[in-house]
Amino acid sequence: MSGQTELTGKMAASPKEWLAPVARRAEVLVIPLAALLAGFAIFSIFLLLQGKSPTEFFSLVYRAGFGTSFSWQNTLSRTAPLLFAGLCVALPARLGLVVIGGEGAIVLGGVATGALGAVMLGSSGYVALPLMALAGVVVGGLWIGLVGAMRYYRGVNETIASLLMAYIAIAVMNHLVEGPLRDPSNPNKPSTLGLTDGLRIGDIPGWNVHWGLAAGLVCCVLTWVLIERTTWGFAARITGGNIRAAQVQGLPVGRLILGFTALGGAFAGLAGFFEVTAVHGSANSSLAAGFGYTGILIAFLARHNALAIIPVAILLAGFEASSGLIQRRMDLPDATMLVLQGMVFIAILLSDTAYGRFKIFAPERWKSA
Amino acid sequence: MNELGIWTIPIAVLGGAIRVSTPFLFVSLGEVLTERSGRINLGLEGTLVIGAMVGYAAAYLTGSAWLGVLAAALAGSIFGLIHGLICSMPRVNDIAIGIAMMILGTGLAFYFGKNYVQPVAPDLPAIPFGWWSNIPQLQAALNVNVLFLIGAVAAFAMWWMFKSTRVGLVIRVVGDSTDAARAMGLRPNVIRTFATMAGGAFAGIGGAYLSLFYPGSWNEGISSGQGLMAVALVIFARWNPVACFGAALLFGGAGALGPSLQSAGFSQGYHLFFAAPYILTLGVLIATSSTTRALTGAPGELSITK
Repeated sequence: MSGQTELTGKMAASPKEWLAPVARRAEVLVIPLAALLAGFAIFSIFLLLQGKSPTEFFSLVYRAGFGTSFSWQNTLSRTAPLLFAGLCVALPARLGLVVIGGEGAIVLGGVATGALGAVMLGSSGYVALPLMALAGVVVGGLWIGLVGAMRYYRGVNETIASLLMAYIAIAVMNHLVEGPLRDPSNPNKPSTLGLTDGLRIGDIPGWNVHWGLAAGLVCCVLTWVLIERTTWGFAARITGGNIRAAQVQGLPVGRLILGFTALGGAFAGLAGFFEVTAVHGSANSSLAAGFGYTGILIAFLARHNALAIIPVAILLAGFEASSGLIQRRMDLPDATMLVLQGMVFIAILLSDTAYGRFKIFAPERWKSA
Repeated sequence: MNELGIWTIPIAVLGGAIRVSTPFLFVSLGEVLTERSGRINLGLEGTLVIGAMVGYAAAYLTGSAWLGVLAAALAGSIFGLIHGLICSMPRVNDIAIGIAMMILGTGLAFYFGKNYVQPVAPDLPAIPFGWWSNIPQLQAALNVNVLFLIGAVAAFAMWWMFKSTRVGLVIRVVGDSTDAARAMGLRPNVIRTFATMAGGAFAGIGGAYLSLFYPGSWNEGISSGQGLMAVALVIFARWNPVACFGAALLFGGAGALGPSLQSAGFSQGYHLFFAAPYILTLGVLIATSSTTRALTGAPGELSITK
């Protein structure tokens, strides 16, 4: 990197001038894509060893996830929580923190939403829904913000702490929906009181996809602006690069850690809000559906870039949408998707070792001939 | 409630401490070995689950619980090997790899374990240390599994290994300073890979205990974060195998609190008691971590304490 400035001067004269910036940017696109394909390849070998057809697997994923407008709507309606869950991992990751307990914030954000909704059943949606969203956001933000606070004030490892807190969150949810918040009229599944139609979030007009998708997309774009185009984001990126250097520079490292973890948690809480108001209609154990864990993989695949989270989340939502069909058609267990996720995850982390190794992405190392 | 009244709870917690602590003990011993060499393997949660599945399946297919334990150790060491090899490459984040291995291990265990939810595999033997008592609860509590005793011996053996053997010294040097190890002619990546492999084998045995003794069957909910808690427990135990033994007993007791309250007839709020081990772990982490001073006993090359 050090010799880059003097070399770019020489490069200016070369006919490959326009290629240099393209090549530099291509690295962060090509390597993750190659890793994704490598993950798929390992998974295909795994399927072949089981005597199953990878071609059938991927064509079923395409058909059930992306083949028709119906499957697109199915995929997109599963995308919303994944966008939020991905942001919950990506935001702290820009500071160098690996927070993997977004599941807890989703669950408790959903419970807060359901609990407030149960109290405000008679109110108008225009009053109640913003308050319910606020409840989800605040609870989720506090939950992951607490992880940030433990990290900053006590040096507690955020990865372990956040995952422990996810287990605690699920226990708290079980306690609340089976105890104090339980709807006595629903004997089957312990849930909070069912929300009235006025307190439900509907679909985007003309689509069979709820508004959570639009909200998630907006949040991704806003987060991208925050990180890439504001001084706060700049400070965060410096902190993520080298925390000691950031402290020496006098950057507000503590406020950044608290703010970014809380913001990530707030997004996860919003996922819980949409799950309750748009999908389930009450808070119950369906909230712990594993979106938070899929979000970890999404954020790493997107290299913690908020805009890249969008296509990656859609891709993984498509895989989840096709899970049922694959189980039936190919007689594969539901854990197949987890195996695939694990293999892709390992491939993407392995690809970290490939950066800077290929000349083609480093114009300063191109031969001047 | 029965004639023992409120005493059922401490007896159940004591029995639980012995029964529930064994997986904690094995996973944390494995993690101590790995972390002392300068790496962290967060994936032991996944290794625990795969150990439980492989151990159960092997015990069912061979009819021998001990062959199950062996198979689980083997599966665990393969997972450790994968983790160790991947982390030997430059710029690969060992914490993130651990998360990926957690997902992969759980996924593979559920994938292959689907067929073993129904069959019944042979159990591991236990020694009835409660023969002198005529209280059935106490007898049940003191029915100590052989693996618990092996784990206890292993804890002391590992402590001795770190203190007074050449292997222990080599692992400690590699863990404390990569540069010093290189200067001594050691190959840090090779040693760390072996340490991670051995650590994985320990975690696999811990998993086999779950499926072959307590709770004693294979299902997808068999581990709920025990592997992860054991990793946290290592920090609390200050990378000392003997302290791990004590910490595992403490965590086992906390883990037994929820089920024993439930069996004693408390139905209100028992979900919160199920959260007790997680809250205890978190509390211990908060109490023992620090931002200003280096953690005593921490290996110098460990990424989580840097």
